[in-house]
Amino acid sequence: MRAAAAGVSMERRREAGVGPKRWLELWPVYRQLTGGDPLGRGHAAQSPRSAGLTARTEGADHVAKSICPYCAVGCGQRVYVADDRVLQIEGDPDSPISRGRLCPKGSASTQLVNGPQRARKVLYREPYGTEWQELDLDTAMDMVVDRVLDARDKGWQDVDEHGARVRRTLGLASLGGATLDNEENYLIKKLFTALGALQIENQARI
Amino acid sequence: MGSNMAEAHPVGFQWVMEAKERGAPVFHIDPRFTRTSAHADLHVPLRAGTDIAFLGGVVNHILSNELDFREYVVAYTNASFLLREDYRDTEDLDGLFSGYDPETGAYDPASWQYESVEEKHAGRDADSAAKEQSSSYQHGSGGPRVEGGSDRIAADPTLRHPRCVYQVLKRHFSRYTPEMVARVCGVSEEVFRAVCDAWTANSGREHTAALVYSVGWTQHTTGSQCIRAGAIVQLLLGNIGRPGGGVFALRGHASIQGSTDIPTLFNLLPGYLPMPTPEHTDLSSYVDSIRADHQKGFWRAADTYAVSLLKEFWGDRATADNDYCFDYLPRITGDHGTYRTVMDMVDGKVFGYFLLGQNPAVGSAHGRLQRLGMANLDWLVVRDLTMIESATFWRDSPEVETGEIAPERCRTEVFFFPAASHVEKEGTFTQTQRMLQWREKAVEPRDDQRSELWFFYHLGRRLRERLAGSTDERDRPLLDLWWDYAVVDDEPQAADVLRRVNGVDLTADRAVGGYTELKADGTTAAGCWIYSGVYADEVNQAARRKPGREQNLYATEWGWAWPMNRRVLYNRASADPEGRPWSERKALVWWDAEHGRWVGHDVPDFERDKPPDYVPEEGSVGVEALRGDDPFIMQADGKGWLFAPSGLQDGPLPTHYEPHESPVRNPLYGQQGNPTRKVYGRPDNPSNPAPPEPHGEVFPFVLTTSRLTEHHTAGGMSRTLPHLAELQPELFVEVSPRLARERGLEHLGWAHLVTSRAVVEARVVVTDRIPPLRVEDRVVHQVWLPYHWGTTGLVRGDSANDLFGVVVDPNVFIQETKVATCDVRPGRRPRGPALLDFLAGYRRRAGITADTGTHVLTAGPGAEGPAHTEEES
Repeated sequence: MRAAAAGVSMERRREAGVGPKRWLELWPVYRQLTGGDPLGRGHAAQSPRSAGLTARTEGADHVAKSICPYCAVGCGQRVYVADDRVLQIEGDPDSPISRGRLCPKGSASTQLVNGPQRARKVLYREPYGTEWQELDLDTAMDMVVDRVLDARDKGWQDVDEHGARVRRTLGLASLGGATLDNEENYLIKKLFTALGALQIENQARI
Repeated sequence: MGSNMAEAHPVGFQWVMEAKERGAPVFHIDPRFTRTSAHADLHVPLRAGTDIAFLGGVVNHILSNELDFREYVVAYTNASFLLREDYRDTEDLDGLFSGYDPETGAYDPASWQYESVEEKHAGRDADSAAKEQSSSYQHGSGGPRVEGGSDRIAADPTLRHPRCVYQVLKRHFSRYTPEMVARVCGVSEEVFRAVCDAWTANSGREHTAALVYSVGWTQHTTGSQCIRAGAIVQLLLGNIGRPGGGVFALRGHASIQGSTDIPTLFNLLPGYLPMPTPEHTDLSSYVDSIRADHQKGFWRAADTYAVSLLKEFWGDRATADNDYCFDYLPRITGDHGTYRTVMDMVDGKVFGYFLLGQNPAVGSAHGRLQRLGMANLDWLVVRDLTMIESATFWRDSPEVETGEIAPERCRTEVFFFPAASHVEKEGTFTQTQRMLQWREKAVEPRDDQRSELWFFYHLGRRLRERLAGSTDERDRPLLDLWWDYAVVDDEPQAADVLRRVNGVDLTADRAVGGYTELKADGTTAAGCWIYSGVYADEVNQAARRKPGREQNLYATEWGWAWPMNRRVLYNRASADPEGRPWSERKALVWWDAEHGRWVGHDVPDFERDKPPDYVPEEGSVGVEALRGDDPFIMQADGKGWLFAPSGLQDGPLPTHYEPHESPVRNPLYGQQGNPTRKVYGRPDNPSNPAPPEPHGEVFPFVLTTSRLTEHHTAGGMSRTLPHLAELQPELFVEVSPRLARERGLEHLGWAHLVTSRAVVEARVVVTDRIPPLRVEDRVVHQVWLPYHWGTTGLVRGDSANDLFGVVVDPNVFIQETKVATCDVRPGRRPRGPALLDFLAGYRRRAGITADTGTHVLTAGPGAEGPAHTEEES
């Protein structure tokens, strides 16, 4: 459909360019009577402005195949990209699950990715603080390393209350994973298990 | 049932619409009329929390009229197996099964076993202690061991023996009559019979029926049994493993299936292997707890899955001599679920907390408890796309308004790390039908935005660098970790992680082709055995994108589904015992005698070359013990379980219990609620009283919640977007015209809902969509509201989840947030400290203490069981 519309607009622009017929052709009724659109629901009714419009996706230099990040139906998405920026996200007609369709949330994915709500900087709130402060990513990572080891040791148990070997910490916990990738969940579970942390949970429990 | 598919999973619903166009009748059984109901042939409103009573009625209808698919039932289910003589049913014990201990609130399942199992292997499985010691959540998906599953189990193929499963089932559900369904559920007998007639008429040799559910089934204290009840109906009607049949869970997050398969869950290791307990003193005792000596099926090979996982975790350091580092695994002892952990935060026992794309301040039950827990930590790390309530609770939570939290008194140190979005990283999601789909990276993340892969890989790297040289035994598991995934430009490569999850033959550095190639001798490493095959032939099978229109309906060349790319589980059952399709129009896989193999439209979920008439040699175990007509290849006896001899905490058969908070006394038994539910009785987790306790009239209405199409869970990915915020700008509550009249509620005016936990205000929508129901001799009003709102984002409002307390299903620890009781009043709620006084007044009038709702045993004449409260800590 998009290709057809683009074809029509090219043709209209060519027509509008040729001398004295131009004014007459700007009159929709004339176009309706003389063109291939007798019902006046296609290019006969098109304004020069809309004739000049092109789909946002036409400017893409790359299309990535992706999957919708909201519910678990797993609809296919095509991500149109230009200059390392997402132009538009559309349903993927190749998907045997969704056949090109997206719901209101999936259709809003472009805003999800590009919107001003996206946080871009590490923020830090100190104990008893009343405001956020910015923090360098590298510093923040090192601070988290310190705190993980501290919490692990504070909650460490070699044996449980019955004297049975448990080799674990109850000092730290984690929640979340259902919005993340399998590969990410794998590293999360693997690292926490090696730390002896087992209060690792996600949305499947709710 | 328990699903609003048209609104919560709209794009999936196109297939229901297509089936309807082709003549399939569609029924929607759910408390509220939604767009799903609008497209259905019939909407059946029922009282929230009575699905088991309804389904029990369907089972009774099938069995009383002998409408089951008899050949399928006899050949493929455990209907003919005999139970032990000492098994006692809810029919005998006023709503309890044999083996209940009032003190622990738990069952000893010994008397639920098959007769022959007990005789041959007496005592092997008979030791079930308290709830915390031997629980279903510890079994992994292998389910319970059934010692003797591969032996000849005493059976009566005529299904007439009084102790055979078929007859036990019939007796158990005999009181679930249409009259009883009407009394309990509020569904008229006529409507109920219409559903039964359509369901049975559209099942059998020539037809199949599908059953769809969502969290409307799981978020109950009887959630696991609700799904069991649906599975029993579908097994009796021959609707499992067949095209157009099945029980479908529609899940609500992009990879919630993946995060269960590769579990960020306390009780599981990848591939549904259980987390070990202190009883597992070495690898062999652990493996023996998963598999039985005499059992059928693929779980018999659990040693290969476990050793391959340990090899992936600890690589060269894991050797046969050190038990493959099995000792490095931390041990669980009971409940370490998210709600237990939050209460431990309140009690000062937990110091640090990571939130990874989850917003419990809004999305979890009892929001106040969640926020007070987070306000009592040393530190909190929040990783998300955008600022969420769980990161800002210290300055804008409802508790700041009431004075319970103040920034200058809140000690929690908070780190917020911006996350990369789904187009800024590559990796796989596993969707709700077990299909892995690879996403390509479209653009680079900006500034400090990073993937979780980056965060955890580098956190691990830094931790290991920090501890380098340590001789502390505690640090060994971290220092010995195999953590050398391929990294390009600082970003760990998801494809390399996926390859190692798939599994690698370490002798040849070659990706394995499937889990049958995994070894228990340390020569293979695999992160998640059920995902073996996703990287077969060194190809990322999840990235396959052959267009659906160029394939058959099963589209097996799009993405990759576990196990082994099979799209319909247990599809051997789509053929009869001789291997022929039950009917031509319902053909899926079948035995090709000429070539000696199973073939069909889907990948056969069976050994390729095992003929249908195969009979194993005496004494075989594991895969070899599966007969040619045992379709349920993961079950210890190869059969579909109508009766679950073990593995469930709350009984071998589903039973209707009233919700924890209910306005009515259970019409079926003296036992009011699930006798094994976990109640967490403590002052900060109060319950509204329910019969037989007095004062239930203070909270007279039934409350239920769900999603809107335009919002997603706790709102972080939707309330922050202009398009979606504009489409659904404000929290609202739906009430019937009759309730509106009774309570003076005005359409589009304000109302507030009250429970013993919280008060929530919302705009009123007066609508016929949520009709009052006649239950027993009275009218029960239900109210509904969506739960997406919170204090941040473009559109804000009270959080519906604040209304709920924490009471959970004993099998899976999922909370009951689909039903509670409440009061509804016109106008806006009190504000500030006055709100706390207002709530205290309600609790006083209802006589609520920490004891309320914790006397879970109510069966038997005049019985009141002990309170299950927590000691003050």
